[in-house]
Amino acid sequence: MAMVSAENRGLRLAVRYAVLTLVAIIFIFPLLFMVMSSLKPQAQLLADTSSLRAFLPVGDISLQNYSDAFRRAPVATFMVNSVLVTGITVLLSLAICSLAAFSFAFLEWKGRGVILSVILATLIIPFETIAIPLLLMVSQLPWIGPGGLEFGWLNTYRVQIIPWVADGLTIFLFVQYFRDLPRELIEAARVEGATWFQVYWRVVMPLAGPVLATAAILKFLVMYNQYLWPLIVVQQESVRPVMVGLGYFFQLNTAWGEVMAYLTVITLPVLAFYLVLQRAFIASIASTGVKG
Amino acid sequence: MARKTLLITTALGLGWAASAQAQTEIGMWYHGAGNEVESRIINQIVDDFNASQSDWMVTLESFPQNSYNDSVVAGALAGNLPCILDVDGPVMPNWAWSGYMQPLAIDASLIEGYLPGTLGYWDGALYSVGLWDAAVALYARQSDLDAWGLRTPTLAEPWTQEEFMAALDAARADGRYEFALDLGMAWTGEWYPYAFSPFLQSFGGDIIDRETYTSAEGVLNGDAALAFGEWWQMLFAEGYAPGTSQDPADRDSGFNEGKYAFAWNGNWAAVPTLAAVEDVVFLPAPDFGNGPTIGAGSWQFGVSATCETPEGANAFIAHALQDQYLAAFSDGIGLIPSTPAAAAMTENYAEGGPLEVFFGLSAEQALVRPVTPGYVVAAQVFEQALANIANGADVADELDAAVDAIEADIERNQGYGHDG
Repeated sequence: MAMVSAENRGLRLAVRYAVLTLVAIIFIFPLLFMVMSSLKPQAQLLADTSSLRAFLPVGDISLQNYSDAFRRAPVATFMVNSVLVTGITVLLSLAICSLAAFSFAFLEWKGRGVILSVILATLIIPFETIAIPLLLMVSQLPWIGPGGLEFGWLNTYRVQIIPWVADGLTIFLFVQYFRDLPRELIEAARVEGATWFQVYWRVVMPLAGPVLATAAILKFLVMYNQYLWPLIVVQQESVRPVMVGLGYFFQLNTAWGEVMAYLTVITLPVLAFYLVLQRAFIASIASTGVKG
Repeated sequence: MARKTLLITTALGLGWAASAQAQTEIGMWYHGAGNEVESRIINQIVDDFNASQSDWMVTLESFPQNSYNDSVVAGALAGNLPCILDVDGPVMPNWAWSGYMQPLAIDASLIEGYLPGTLGYWDGALYSVGLWDAAVALYARQSDLDAWGLRTPTLAEPWTQEEFMAALDAARADGRYEFALDLGMAWTGEWYPYAFSPFLQSFGGDIIDRETYTSAEGVLNGDAALAFGEWWQMLFAEGYAPGTSQDPADRDSGFNEGKYAFAWNGNWAAVPTLAAVEDVVFLPAPDFGNGPTIGAGSWQFGVSATCETPEGANAFIAHALQDQYLAAFSDGIGLIPSTPAAAAMTENYAEGGPLEVFFGLSAEQALVRPVTPGYVVAAQVFEQALANIANGADVADELDAAVDAIEADIERNQGYGHDG
């Protein structure tokens, strides 16, 4: 009986691994195609698309597409811009949204339920519907720069960062996570004389690793993939991000190898960011049941 | 001595600074980001202009072509347009009507002899002028025409519909090709109205009634349009051409690799084909009964309505209209120079050049797309209708629906300034 059970367990394990391997292959193949295609000349790349050779480093392999891509577009500038905009937005977003969520989760103030509902309701509004009004606003907003008071935020980093610092989803993630923390911890800290900010900083945030990772990754993806907003508020190459830069590669006769090389390069920060935070991300998903 | 040197240096420095400050900056947006050759030539024109006079300093900002129009519309909304704009020919009336552009003020002698498709007129005024045009031709192999006993069509005597279909039948019967004809169905967007509306026009229809520009009734769903629609659907239903699911890679290289016997393609693709297919010939559009027609109008220069120094912007455009620049663009990116004089200076379009035929096509067969602000929407409607018909939708229903959509848009926009 025990042997049968062990056999069953082995079979189940084998099936599970087979399914997982299949899913992994489905997810990895597009990436593999991208990387392999980035190493091939145009004619070979196109010829290989109809066979499994598309996923293999075979034929005339070189890094030529990479050097061509860097010559066609200021790839480094686009990367720096995107990483800078994304990094600053993620940091500001984590700080501001967690503070807002702390207020919703732990502080008693009139109307917080209504305001939280309104914030959550913004999740159903597509960005496209507010893009034009937002454009008109930011094109007139004041800013104090090195030259004194100026109007209009177009063609700057701040126009790509500030409108995205706070959002309903990130606040929702933090509120959900904070509400699951034991109230006794908060009450004990308050009894010990901690201020609310001390409770936030010394008690709640040290326990918020998983939700910080989740919020950071989701925000990172949103910001790094920004296209429409920078397209309409940025007209200068010096502050242009990677996704708008992708357009540099779509000419009348598109050099697909260069496209793949560019995509491979700009995918690296996303992969690196995810790999660094993946354990906390998975822990957060497992504990909150929130799907990214 | 040292003091004297210092004084001279200071004087020279101040003089240079004053000279630099005297040049008023003029912004310019251009659609060619990512195209090395195009960028080099446009930068050369800007540098030459800036060095040629002391009043104006043009500063160039390039955009990816696929998002350029959106950037301009956003810039117009935000009041952020530069003085000099690059505008696609068929889009110009929309931007002029929307108040984004002002008429050009350049000497008429500068545009004498320009190909008609390179001049953008709206409401009786010249709003834009292009350094080049583009043309579409039927790519074929001379050896095939000879083997199948087909007459080589000319500008004076293009193929009739019967001859064209006989050529496709011969290609299909030959058996060496996957498809007889590549229409480029994988290229969505402006390619559809640019490349395919000339077929409709040659049948006797059009996207919109060009007499009033306020209706499409009867021209897009009349008898001629129905005949066009039935023929169009037949090309796909009977397997002459790959449909909307065509692999873009096949569109790019299918003719060169021998998958297609004929290809309906632009002059911009001709140079690589010349290298790949030794006996390629570029044939004029067939005549489907109402004259052979191809599309016209490419990227052109214009001046924004908000430009505070239009004299500087016009001075730059006048400077750019030199044959040497037209020829440089043509040699660089393969497009058709706007004047015969410039064509004569090019490698491909000079007399006896491998692409000379395209200059003739532009001069003889070109018809600009409907000159109306409503074209932007009508073009999308037309594209959708053609894709649906290619996929098997009922021809009459699709064309009627397209007419309704186009007319609803015209009505929503109070006729786009046309009297009706």
